[in-house]
Amino acid sequence: MPSFVITEKCDGCKGQDRTACMYICPNDLMVLDMDGSAGYGEMKAYNRDPQMCWECMCCVKLCPQQAMDVRGYADFIPLGPSATPLRGTEDIMWTIKFRDGSIKRFKFPTRTTPEGSADPLGGFPTHDDLNSQALATEPASLGLDAVPTPN
Amino acid sequence: MANYETVEVSTDLLIVGAGFGACGAATEASYWAKKNGLKVVMVDKAATDRSGAVAMGLSAINQYVGIKDGENTAEDYVRYVRQDLMGISREDLVYNIARHVDSTVHLFEKWGLKIWLDEDGKYVHEGRWQLMINGESYKIIIAEAAKNALADAGGELIERVFIVGPLMDGNKCVGAVGFSTREEKFYVFKAKAVIVGAGGAVHVFRPRSVGEGFGRSWYPPFNSGTSAYFTLQAGAEMTCQEVRFIPVRFKDGYGPVGAWFLLFKARAISAEGGEYMVVRKEELNNWKPYGLAKPIPANLRNYLGMLDVDAGLGPLYMETAEAIQKIAEEYKDDPKAFKKKMKELESEAWEDFLDMTISQAILWAGQNVKPEEKHSEIAACEPYFIGSHSGASGAWVSGPEDLDTPYKWGYAGMTTADALFAVGDGSGASSHKFTSGSHAEGRIAGKAAIKYIVEKGAEPNVDSAQVEKLKTEILAPFDLFEAHKGETTDPEINTNYIMPRQFLHRLQKLMDEYAGGVTSAFKTSKSLLERGMELMDMLKEDSVKQAAGDVHDLMRVWENIQRMWIAESHIRTMLFREETRWPGYYFRADTPKMDEENWKCFANCRWDPSTGEWEMIKRDVWNMPGV
Ligand SMILES: Cc1cc2nc3c(=O)[nH]c(=O)nc-3n(C[C@H](O)[C@H](O)[C@H](O)COP(=O)(O)OP(=O)(O)OC[C@H]3O[C@@H](n4cnc5c(N)ncnc54)[C@H](O)[C@@H]3O)c2cc1C
Ligand code: SF4
Ligand code: SF4
Repeated sequence: MPSFVITEKCDGCKGQDRTACMYICPNDLMVLDMDGSAGYGEMKAYNRDPQMCWECMCCVKLCPQQAMDVRGYADFIPLGPSATPLRGTEDIMWTIKFRDGSIKRFKFPTRTTPEGSADPLGGFPTHDDLNSQALATEPASLGLDAVPTPN
Repeated sequence: MANYETVEVSTDLLIVGAGFGACGAATEASYWAKKNGLKVVMVDKAATDRSGAVAMGLSAINQYVGIKDGENTAEDYVRYVRQDLMGISREDLVYNIARHVDSTVHLFEKWGLKIWLDEDGKYVHEGRWQLMINGESYKIIIAEAAKNALADAGGELIERVFIVGPLMDGNKCVGAVGFSTREEKFYVFKAKAVIVGAGGAVHVFRPRSVGEGFGRSWYPPFNSGTSAYFTLQAGAEMTCQEVRFIPVRFKDGYGPVGAWFLLFKARAISAEGGEYMVVRKEELNNWKPYGLAKPIPANLRNYLGMLDVDAGLGPLYMETAEAIQKIAEEYKDDPKAFKKKMKELESEAWEDFLDMTISQAILWAGQNVKPEEKHSEIAACEPYFIGSHSGASGAWVSGPEDLDTPYKWGYAGMTTADALFAVGDGSGASSHKFTSGSHAEGRIAGKAAIKYIVEKGAEPNVDSAQVEKLKTEILAPFDLFEAHKGETTDPEINTNYIMPRQFLHRLQKLMDEYAGGVTSAFKTSKSLLERGMELMDMLKEDSVKQAAGDVHDLMRVWENIQRMWIAESHIRTMLFREETRWPGYYFRADTPKMDEENWKCFANCRWDPSTGEWEMIKRDVWNMPGV
């Protein structure tokens, strides 16, 4: 199944009012089995509809317990491989394991500014003219003197 | 009826969706709203940090014009889009986005997106218009700016509310309705203006993988056509609903091919070894003038490959090993430099997958693919509706004020329904805007919508009977399930209702077989489409027989209905356009040629909410003078 939860590692996000995987899944697939009544184990999360999973790994990247992983789609992915992300505040490390056991590692930057700091106006000068074609930060953010008009 | 509390949210501007277009709208509108004492509310069905097509991240910004450095002009972009879409594009919209998009990209960079720079501090291009980025957190960064802008202006972001459709006061949009996917709450939004930016649609056609891999569509399975449904239900005119998009990607994983084509200069060949772009060059004469101009339109490139597949010459392959071999030759005297170059390219190629299609990385690892040793299969995906990319479907929106365009009836970005704006995949005939252009378009609409509210905004007149009716209709699938589930031992199989997954399969089978999906090799005809419409009519009747056991099912029910509407508009518009213009997107076998004389026009449609009738409309293509 696409994303899955490792029973032993999942702690249900310690009973906080929202679990990381439920919060983030763009397709609303992750659910917490609070009392175990759904049959997945008390305070264990599960993917309620693996067939609708995009393998986007948003859940895997955010799970605080590293309790989530993806097992490639059974339709066409042979058994054995894995792609494991470790996401920090400014970069992400990937470990790719091949079916034949070989391993590749990659590290990529994710952003150049501290989390949360994005200034919507980017520090560009703004103006007050609701009627002009210039958007709030234009023309400065264009790097031009004026918004272009047709030749 | 299910015991859902009604929650009312009143605002000046409502933004539906929180993807690239919507985040652009929120960022810009907040600035003008604050100055004018107005309120902005943005609502999404998911978490803004990872919602929509860019949930995974991306590895390129696909629209940057480079006006300040004299690389290109906005007019150049108009020519490019005209050519790629076989002459059919709203040049006023394309121009308007192109002249603003660079400022969006410069803002992205300030916010913290890592755009690659060369030794001279210039952006690294993947192609003429594309910039390379380290984009794992692309969506998070763009969402952050939108959230900060909303917070600064006293606006509000509401997540995990699924929007079903519009609230109307005659031809004027006065808000939207939806439901929480977390609590038993029905939401009524009342607004003086509404911007819809809820993405395109997938899973209208049957995907190639139908088991566990059902969710592995190129386009994310979580965009269900809300934008198109919203504007259709509002009675707004739509355009290019026939122009679906079919990308050619690495087979099954649907991983991007851009880095291989553009960075590695790899060739695509058939199993016999012929390069279809060369072997079938003559075919391009049949699609002139577009077939003979450069760059060759995406759909024609698809088409030449499809001809090979039809002729039994598949599989098609990306010649990865050969490309790497060529690079090795360039460095044959300097093995150290070669090793360094290869390391760089390898990391770029894997990042391309890991930033936007992790499944492809898992697939290559699972098949022990060593691209330097062996080629990899490529194939056409199934059809999608993504007007911001190389498709063109969406609402017909008003052009910019300062251009002498024939398409102007309201504020920039406003649909033909009053007070309703559409952006990103929601607005049509302005293809190739991608992330950056969708965001720029959102900013344009965000400012225009505030201007509309300042100049014309009136208190929304919401009819409470309409709200009650919608609430009953929207929650009805719960009641249907409750009323009948006990009649059979398996609640999935019942004669009084159909569960949403089975309904989805029925829609997909219909579209796949009659409207030119994968199994029909993207071919259709008048007869097939007409038969498809007969079946569609029954599907529509049964759509109110969908049942929901829980709120997740309820969301699936309404996603299906949204998909069904986009499907119907697609069939009707393919029927209306009696020619084949984009042969690599769909081929009408009964009218196999392009007909410039009669069909170099927009094929628009409109569903009339007061009569329930569809109207098909031809509109002239306007070319920008001198471009
Ligand atoms: C696989 C892939 C690769 C791509 N590669 C690139 C690239 O390299 N570079 C590039 O620039 N562009 C790329 N694009 C294109 C780019 O992603 C889109 O152009 C862009 O995201 C369009 O923005 P949007 O706002 O219209 O839609 P989206 O960004 O998809 O946003 C839609 C939003 O609407 C929300 N929504 C949907 N339905 C509802 C509902 N019923 N109620 C409430 N909210 C709802 C979603 O949760 C989401 O937040 C790619 C697209 C795909 C699919
Ligand atoms: S995020 Fe991880 S630990 Fe938290 S509920 Fe989900 S799987 Fe369990
Ligand atoms: S991989 Fe993506 S779609 Fe699948 S469960 Fe995780 S977040 Fe949801």
